[in-house]
Amino acid sequence: MTRFLLPLAAFIVLVGFLAVGLNLKPREVPSPLIGKPAPVFQSQLLHEPERMLASQDNLGKVWLLNVWASWCVSCREEHPLLVELARSGIVPIYGLNYKDKRDLALQWLNQYGDPYTVSVVDPEGRIGIDYGVYGVPETYVIDKNGVIRHKQIGPVTVESLEKKILPLIKELQG
Amino acid sequence: MNLALPFALLKNSYPQKISDLRNTFAGKQLILLLAFVLLSPLSWAKEAAPVAEDPVLERRMIALSEDLRCLVCQNESLAGSRADFANDLRREIREQMQANKSDREIIDFLVARYGDFVLYRPPVKPATYLLWGGPFAFLLTGAGILFFYLKRRRKQVEEPPLTEEQHRHAEALLKEDKGNNA
Repeated sequence: MTRFLLPLAAFIVLVGFLAVGLNLKPREVPSPLIGKPAPVFQSQLLHEPERMLASQDNLGKVWLLNVWASWCVSCREEHPLLVELARSGIVPIYGLNYKDKRDLALQWLNQYGDPYTVSVVDPEGRIGIDYGVYGVPETYVIDKNGVIRHKQIGPVTVESLEKKILPLIKELQG
Repeated sequence: MNLALPFALLKNSYPQKISDLRNTFAGKQLILLLAFVLLSPLSWAKEAAPVAEDPVLERRMIALSEDLRCLVCQNESLAGSRADFANDLRREIREQMQANKSDREIIDFLVARYGDFVLYRPPVKPATYLLWGGPFAFLLTGAGILFFYLKRRRKQVEEPPLTEEQHRHAEALLKEDKGNNA
């Protein structure tokens, strides 16, 4: 009997490994920045290039940093949700306009709505590199002490918002 | 180059022979013009400019980025990928090399932002013990199983020596057999 049990057990273990492997999302690379202070940046505002925003200005409040661009197709997917979230006033959303052109970005916001308290520009993707951005859109939840608590890779969805982001914001704000 | 002047002058003094050309002001200008036009393509012909300003640094950058993964196109290295993202990171690596950062420092910079996943050669640490040691563990387990299996089989194959009685019995059978055949 053991002659059959042993290969069967090995087979089940193998299937288990394969099942887990198939369900992993290799595109979602966990960020090493979670739990670490958000990289400091200072950059021009999209709407008012003569004004600057520094990331330290946001210390003391919980905020979202949403990386977006007018050339990014899946940004359009999450955008209505962001607009709605901004309207609810739960949390301020700051935009990082990543590797974009100012006129196209402004036009895009006019067309789809502007959920951002302000957007800062990152035309060469340098702030993006500091934040480990490798695909747009990405959204970071940053707490009152300026620590990154969560990173959403890819578009924000109703599910990710309800299950992860909103509860986390509530917890951080409390 | 302003062509109007030599041609305007030329109109006023049509030279009849080539030798006349050399003597008139306009003719001299024309010769000079022709010389410029004819010689200039030769002056353009030079060695192809290197892709980068500093080929040594470029080689070092390529060597380093061959061991780094492009996160957008995950089966390509940073050196081989044409993705915009890989381009940006190559620029970043180049700049850090120009700032005299060591390879180690640059790799640490990238790992701090993108995690160990950027490395094609993952570091040996508790989370990767299984990854690095797994194949050897499999090898040892296999060798162990093979060893015990062969040992057990030899025991089965090996015949115990005959007892005195079995010997006698066998001899008797052989004799009997010979007797029949003869």
